[in-house]
Amino acid sequence: MKHHLIPRVVAKLTIPGILLFALYVQFHGDYGPGGGFQAGVIFGAGFILYGLIFGLQNLRRVAPPAVTTAFIAIGVLVFAGVGIVSQILGGNYLDYDVLAADPHAGQHIGILVVELGVGITVAAVMITIFVTFAGRER
Amino acid sequence: MISQLPALQVVIPLIGAPLCIILRRGALPWLVALLASWVALAMAATLLSQVGDGEVISYAVGGWLAPLGIEYRIDVLNAYMMLLVAGTSSIVLPFAYKSVAKEIPEEKHYLFYSGFLLMLTGLLGMAITGDAFNVFVFIEISSLSSYAMIAMGRDRRALSAAFTYLVMGTVGATFFLIGVGLIYAVTGTLNMADLADRLPPIYESRTVLAAFAFISVGILLKLALFPLHLWLPNAYTYAPSVVTAFLAATATKVALYLLLRFGYTVFGADFVFDIVPSSQVLLALALVGVVVASTVAIFQNDVKRLLAYSSVAQVGYIVLGISYANVTGLTASIVHIFNHAATKGALFLAMGCIAYAAGACRLESFAGLGKRMPMTMAAFVIGGLSLIGVPLTAGFVSKWYLVLGALEKGWWPVAVVILATSLLAAVYVWRVVEVAYFRDPPAEGPVLSDPPFALLAPTWILTGACVYFGIETSLSVGFAEQAALFLMGGS
Amino acid sequence: MEVLGHFNYWIVVVLMMIGFYALIARGNLIKKIVGLNIFQASVFLLFISFGKVTGGSAPIIAEGIEVYSNPLPHVLILTAIVVGVATTALGLALVVRINERYGTIEETEIAQMDGES
Repeated sequence: MKHHLIPRVVAKLTIPGILLFALYVQFHGDYGPGGGFQAGVIFGAGFILYGLIFGLQNLRRVAPPAVTTAFIAIGVLVFAGVGIVSQILGGNYLDYDVLAADPHAGQHIGILVVELGVGITVAAVMITIFVTFAGRER
Repeated sequence: MISQLPALQVVIPLIGAPLCIILRRGALPWLVALLASWVALAMAATLLSQVGDGEVISYAVGGWLAPLGIEYRIDVLNAYMMLLVAGTSSIVLPFAYKSVAKEIPEEKHYLFYSGFLLMLTGLLGMAITGDAFNVFVFIEISSLSSYAMIAMGRDRRALSAAFTYLVMGTVGATFFLIGVGLIYAVTGTLNMADLADRLPPIYESRTVLAAFAFISVGILLKLALFPLHLWLPNAYTYAPSVVTAFLAATATKVALYLLLRFGYTVFGADFVFDIVPSSQVLLALALVGVVVASTVAIFQNDVKRLLAYSSVAQVGYIVLGISYANVTGLTASIVHIFNHAATKGALFLAMGCIAYAAGACRLESFAGLGKRMPMTMAAFVIGGLSLIGVPLTAGFVSKWYLVLGALEKGWWPVAVVILATSLLAAVYVWRVVEVAYFRDPPAEGPVLSDPPFALLAPTWILTGACVYFGIETSLSVGFAEQAALFLMGGS
Repeated sequence: MEVLGHFNYWIVVVLMMIGFYALIARGNLIKKIVGLNIFQASVFLLFISFGKVTGGSAPIIAEGIEVYSNPLPHVLILTAIVVGVATTALGLALVVRINERYGTIEETEIAQMDGES
């Protein structure tokens, strides 16, 4: 697909926008539709578009499989870790109130970090699925 | 620490899964899985000791109190199930070290153990939660990981078996979701204890009846009651040995727990047995299932498939006990959940030993194994005796209570069917025993011998459990009776 | 009219049956997965229909709005959508591997090849 000029130029213009929009959706989940899963999918879609236009080799260079696999695990650990931190600080599992001095701030921090974990895992999973499917020889 | 145990019970295996992915070298994934499983077992035992006297532990996840928040609610039945699941995984994982090394390519080992821990998380979560939608989430966690694990089998038929299981399992889980949605729409709550309070005034409404129908069909598909059992034979036959042993001992049992939980705690015995004719329907399906599955098992040439059909029959026995709607029948079912897990676990681990040594599980390869692999075949024979229900084995205890329960209700034809199908079980166990002990081993071909100690020890632990719980029944029947009284009394 | 008032539930039923029929009656594995997706989508619609409160707006806090629709079904369905995506991904991965090992993705041919071996 690299040979087609228009998709290449459009992709180069839009991919940064897609990734930025993904970050916006991620952090805007508190106040509107959004959150980890949606942001992760959009982020992954940006990478997948890159892979479609510029080839699987380049995608593997930008998002090495070892790194994406590690991120899948890291995202889950972040989510579970927030719960463990809550338990260490005295509350129940995933009790965000105890994460900061003010329960309100604690809730914000808790949701933010948890959704970040979800977003990381989902983006990594989407990229991994694409690379795995596309990489199989016919 | 003790007060945080309910959450940690599910979280420790859950954290173990990504750890297996990060630490992918060598034996580390197996070690992480083993440790997570043993810690989970210790926690389950602690929880069981705390609820053994009719107490109920309630844990609010996220600090949000029930009925608004998700509640983990542990009583004697849950704790029993969690002990069963964690115990099975703790015994199967030492077996897995060598078995997986032989059956699965090395670059996939870390994925195997990660998937195994996710299955464990899902099953423990299904048992512990007190929120109806949370059950759906954990059902899907355990189901998705089991589809992936089954697909890791060597034979290419494992792939189509996993696909069929995926399609049927997802339909079942979606039906369950529809049912949960309907009762949420009509009561406004998802917490099981709260539902139990809010449902009685609206028992007669069509929504609640439809919801019960959807939820029970979804759960019955997961526990492979005839005629919703079609996914089970292929899935158990072609999956890796460790996966079959673990699934056979736990997956259908936890689904049975869900049936009991939704039947007795959420909907209530009045609804389930008086307003809806569950007793008759379950009785009919269970009896037909036991007879048909036992008969089909006799004609199988692959021993794993034979044992899979036998599992369908045994699940039929458990549902039969539930259909009695009396304390003896319920005790029989709960005790058979435990006994069958021990029996089938032992049998499938023995099959794993044979697969390790011989590579195949067809009936022909069993020729002469009685002499070549005496320890393995002895374990198989004892497991087979427990399937039939010979006295001094665990199977006998369950069948005893089943027959007692039937006679209590005056249903002596049912008692006759139970005894007749035990004879059918004797036929298919004898088929294997006859080939193994009374036929000469083939002249050419590799010389087989007993597998290493690491494989035999877990097999014999479970086989020993079959015998131990056939003789010393105070623990298994004691807890089962407590759970039965709690369910029937508390509803 | 009662029938027209429950328009969204009729859509749910129609979609559910279309999806279920595709799941059962079609032999191509990909079509089965598509049927499964349609079936699950109908269930999502059912849940979200339950959540609508008459006169309520979207469950996002905004100035001047007093009646909100129930946000809980939305959250439940987000989870269910993720589960559906994971199931589809797993199903498609299995189909890819079945294609490699069997050379076909028609259920009848696969059953035939299974019966032979």
